[in-house]
Amino acid sequence: MKKLNYPYTQEAIRDLQVGDVVMISGKLFTARDAVHKYLYDGGRSPVELKNQILYHCGPVILQDARGLYSVNGAGPTTSTRQEPYQSAIMEKHGILGVIGKGGMGPKTLEGCKKFTCVYLHAIGGAAQVLSAKIEKIVGVYLKDFGPSEAMWELEVRDFPVIVTIDASGSSLHEDVKKHSESRLKELLNIR
Amino acid sequence: MNKEKTKTVLIDSFLELIRKTSAELPPDIITALTYYAKQEDANTKASWAVELMEENIKLAKEKSAPLCQDTGSLLFYVDYHSGLGVSTLELKSAIQKAVILATEKGYLRQNSINSITGKNEPSNVGPSHPHILFEEQGEEFIDARLILKGGGCENVGVQYSLPHAPLSAGRDLEGAKRVILDAVLQAQGKGCSPGYLGVCIGGDRSSGYEESKRQLLRAVSDENPLPELKHLEQEIVEMANQLGIGPMGFGGKTTLFGCKIGHLNRLPASFFVTISYMCWSYRRQGMRLASDFTISKWHY
Ligand code: SF4
Repeated sequence: MKKLNYPYTQEAIRDLQVGDVVMISGKLFTARDAVHKYLYDGGRSPVELKNQILYHCGPVILQDARGLYSVNGAGPTTSTRQEPYQSAIMEKHGILGVIGKGGMGPKTLEGCKKFTCVYLHAIGGAAQVLSAKIEKIVGVYLKDFGPSEAMWELEVRDFPVIVTIDASGSSLHEDVKKHSESRLKELLNIR
Repeated sequence: MNKEKTKTVLIDSFLELIRKTSAELPPDIITALTYYAKQEDANTKASWAVELMEENIKLAKEKSAPLCQDTGSLLFYVDYHSGLGVSTLELKSAIQKAVILATEKGYLRQNSINSITGKNEPSNVGPSHPHILFEEQGEEFIDARLILKGGGCENVGVQYSLPHAPLSAGRDLEGAKRVILDAVLQAQGKGCSPGYLGVCIGGDRSSGYEESKRQLLRAVSDENPLPELKHLEQEIVEMANQLGIGPMGFGGKTTLFGCKIGHLNRLPASFFVTISYMCWSYRRQGMRLASDFTISKWHY
């Protein structure tokens, strides 16, 4: 098991390989469909994203009578929807990591290699385990997109993920897909 | 009981149904999931994933908080009795009110988007949200079941029209088997595997999907009355678990932890096989309402 601590650096990212379980401690910024499209279309990022990690997540947020926020569930959402945008955002904003679920495609794989970035897979559906790792909501940006689409700045400790695309261009998703495809062909006798 | 009182009791009952469904996996699902999860070798990516899943199941129940932040589409199946003095209109309004309250309390995420404006509908109530299917039945109670079906697994659901040449799938059970396994392959880990399939053989484009989801209401232990479908259900699980997709698609032995298959009549010209994929966070619950509309028992 490896640790990844804030501030994140390119060296630390290069050290991560497909299959590594990693505990992240530090900052994460949630970004899902609306934020990705916005940044891709040239929208200005409300925070400096250089060397940061984006988290594909639409949290359940509660606000109490005093206006204070708390997280009531924050697992990853499916990442493939960001496939058209992700690599461009890596290039333009210099992010070092993306956390999500379900893996990403060839463009992102290329991007990870070119711009030194990793794809970190969190356990889909593990909203409570993962939100228990959030120590603090530091801020919220792009609130107009609605609470689950907004960009939340989170402080996490020992946030568990596994590397499924690394900066050298390996992808666990490709391996599993190829293997399972050929298994099915064998099982069904298809040539 | 007066109308106002009836309404309050109904809302309370439905609110509790939503809370329980969102926070607690039913025992039959936990047992099935754990059984398959145990097959994973220790210290693998797969075993690491299922351990976190199990921890999450415990934590959500303890905290009475959503198992998954995608609290999904709400699918209500309500079998009502007309002699109980409450109409389907009244039931619908109680369910909608309960959904609004459940959202305020954080049992549900604000999860409903207007498809034209793209705006979030904060109350979670809108066209087909929640989705309610009523059916009248003869006995003096109301049975209400609820499935919360998230977007990740819904997106990997698929409908095949047989024959399907690329898989050499003809219009028979062997053909159905081929396309069902292909659906599992295409899904990879994206529906948050290990998954559970609800399948419908036959029907039309819409009834096929509806029936495939209805299959997900069957208890894990529920045996298919048709021997050939019972056999197919087992075969699908066994074969799918040889694909090596594993939990979350990390590779491993557990890709499916169940499969239920139903059938509807079809037209001579069409042969659909419809697959609804349910993620490991298989949230479904059901309650029986007594004549005073309080919950008299849980179905799972
Ligand atoms: S597929 Fe299921 S477990 Fe995964 S994120 Fe969606 S609702 Fe949650």
